Amino acid sequence: MELFQYALNNLDLLLTRTIEHISLVGVAVGIATLTGVPIGIAITKSERLARGVLYLASIIVTIPSIALFGIMIPILSLIGQGIGYLPAVIAVLLYSQLPIIRNTYTAINNVDPALREAARGIGMSPNQRLRMVEIPLAVPVIMAGVRTAVVLNIGVMAIAAYIGAGGLGTFISRGISQSDPRQLIVGAVAVSLLAIIVDYALLAVQKWLTPKGMEKAVSTA
Amino acid sequence: MIQLDSLTKVFDTPKGAVVAADHISMEVSAGEICILLGPSGCGKTTTLKMINRIIRPTSGKVYIDGEDTTGMNTQELRRNIGYVIQQIGLFPNMTIEENITVVPKLLGWDRAHYKERAREMMAMIALEPDAFLKRYPSELSGGQQQRIGVARALAADPPVMLMDEPFGAIDPINRAVIQDEFLKMQQELNKTIMFVSHDIDEAIKMGDRIAVFREGKLVQYSTPDDLLAAPKNAFVESFLGEDRALKRLNLVKVREIVSDDIGTVTPGDTLEKALAKIDDFGYQNSILMINDQRQPAGIITRSVARTTKGYCRDHFQNIPATVNLEDDLRKVASLMFAHDTTWLPCVDDEGRVCGQITQRAMTRHLGSRFRAREGDIREANATTGE
Ligand SMILES: Nc1ncnc2c1ncn2[C@@H]1O[C@H](COP(=O)(O)OP(=O)(O)OP(=O)(O)O)[C@@H](O)[C@H]1O
Ligand SMILES: [Mg+2]
Repeated sequence: MELFQYALNNLDLLLTRTIEHISLVGVAVGIATLTGVPIGIAITKSERLARGVLYLASIIVTIPSIALFGIMIPILSLIGQGIGYLPAVIAVLLYSQLPIIRNTYTAINNVDPALREAARGIGMSPNQRLRMVEIPLAVPVIMAGVRTAVVLNIGVMAIAAYIGAGGLGTFISRGISQSDPRQLIVGAVAVSLLAIIVDYALLAVQKWLTPKGMEKAVSTA
Repeated sequence: MIQLDSLTKVFDTPKGAVVAADHISMEVSAGEICILLGPSGCGKTTTLKMINRIIRPTSGKVYIDGEDTTGMNTQELRRNIGYVIQQIGLFPNMTIEENITVVPKLLGWDRAHYKERAREMMAMIALEPDAFLKRYPSELSGGQQQRIGVARALAADPPVMLMDEPFGAIDPINRAVIQDEFLKMQQELNKTIMFVSHDIDEAIKMGDRIAVFREGKLVQYSTPDDLLAAPKNAFVESFLGEDRALKRLNLVKVREIVSDDIGTVTPGDTLEKALAKIDDFGYQNSILMINDQRQPAGIITRSVARTTKGYCRDHFQNIPATVNLEDDLRKVASLMFAHDTTWLPCVDDEGRVCGQITQRAMTRHLGSRFRAREGDIREANATTGE
């Protein structure tokens, strides 16, 4: 009850932090999609390159976020951005690469060879094949990768409050430093709720982006 | 016209080189359907795919309408060759209309033109445009998808079509229907078609010519009738099957072996006269009775004519069946077996008697080519040691 009261009293702040959180993750994963999808497509051309890139991307996700922030502070300090917004976005950007690149790569690679041959046989150029056949067919799986990245990084972003990036993590960090369980719990619950809601929202987007004729195939898969 | 000149493909595999197509030289005339036939792995698909360069030839050339395709732009070449793959391969993210119009769009047709074309194609493959154009492939039956696959290949009206077992994935009944539809379409379209099949019956039905492959080599290239009548060697012979003479029944029309030498009587003739005619014409059992329009009216059997007095009109039996000049011998044989008879009267389009067809004439016709070849085959076997 007390928690509820606290949340209600700080509704404005809670809302501001939530929007901050969403925009941080949104910007970072947005950029990550713009880089990850082309990389994922590019590495389908060479299996060796693909192995290398995916390996690198997997190593990045194994770095604990606190450590990653720690590494970035001295580097980004050189341009006066050691803490705050920029390192947070960069961290999320890096963590997002693996799910997005991997899903893009797998989806494009798994396009039915018969469809690829049909596309070749009727005279599509490699670019036309990508644009008209391979990418549309890969969209559901690529979107699933974006979803994974978003949900994963809503959690990571909560930790970025420690380097002053803002977001819902500030409730948690303050809750800990001020020994205030109300802030701590409200922050934690808000982060979890946000992750769940955004996941559902993105699932709806994924369905909407899935080519109509494939809905059946996707839902049975 | 398609010409293959020493077309060869060698695949390098970890287990060594595989010669999938070995110096294939052949020619398909404009407007003809050529069937590539042979057991699994003999190189049919490889040969077909070298024509539209899905597979790059190791050596040799492909000419289309006399023009060497080696120097042509691959994508342009492909857009002018209709291609139907065995797995159908409709794009699941596109509607039926988008699937059919994909090549016209690549070729830069304007919107009104290709939309119109989609409706035309639907009419051609006998599917209702309004019901199907906006649907997706996953909402269609296998047979319907196969038809759309053919429509997609035909949409830009290419002079040449390549079809790799296009009707392989359909049940036998639907397959026969689609084959018939396709042949009817071909009569109007006159495409030059290379068609892969491993089904001898399909090959005989669809092919103007059949190319039999074995282990990457073209073994025999002839018309279906020649192929069945005169297989070049023991391999072709065994591939065609023991019943190849029966398969030829499909290919021979009554017109080719009908005999117009037929004895007839009229209803007003006496049975005595009928008996005399039966003997005159050397018939063993019976003679045909016709009316004054020369239409078959009945049959007078020998036993009746011999033992009874009177007029034919009072003592005839019904005719078991008649055949048409355009019927094939398979139907004739079936009717003969069903009615336990060795001959049937043959009628023209107006239903007038124009001759007869006898079991003897059929066996003689089918047998003559075999007998003529027997010597050759024995010789060939002796030299190849098979
Ligand atoms: N990409 C490839 N790499 C290596 N060998 C191949 C390749 N494609 C085909 N082959 C081999 O070439 C030979 C001919 O294959 P092809 O696909 O042309 O046969 P096919 O006559 O079409 O047989 P089917 O009736 O089974 O389709 C086979 O021995 C096959 O194993
Ligand atoms: Mg094949």
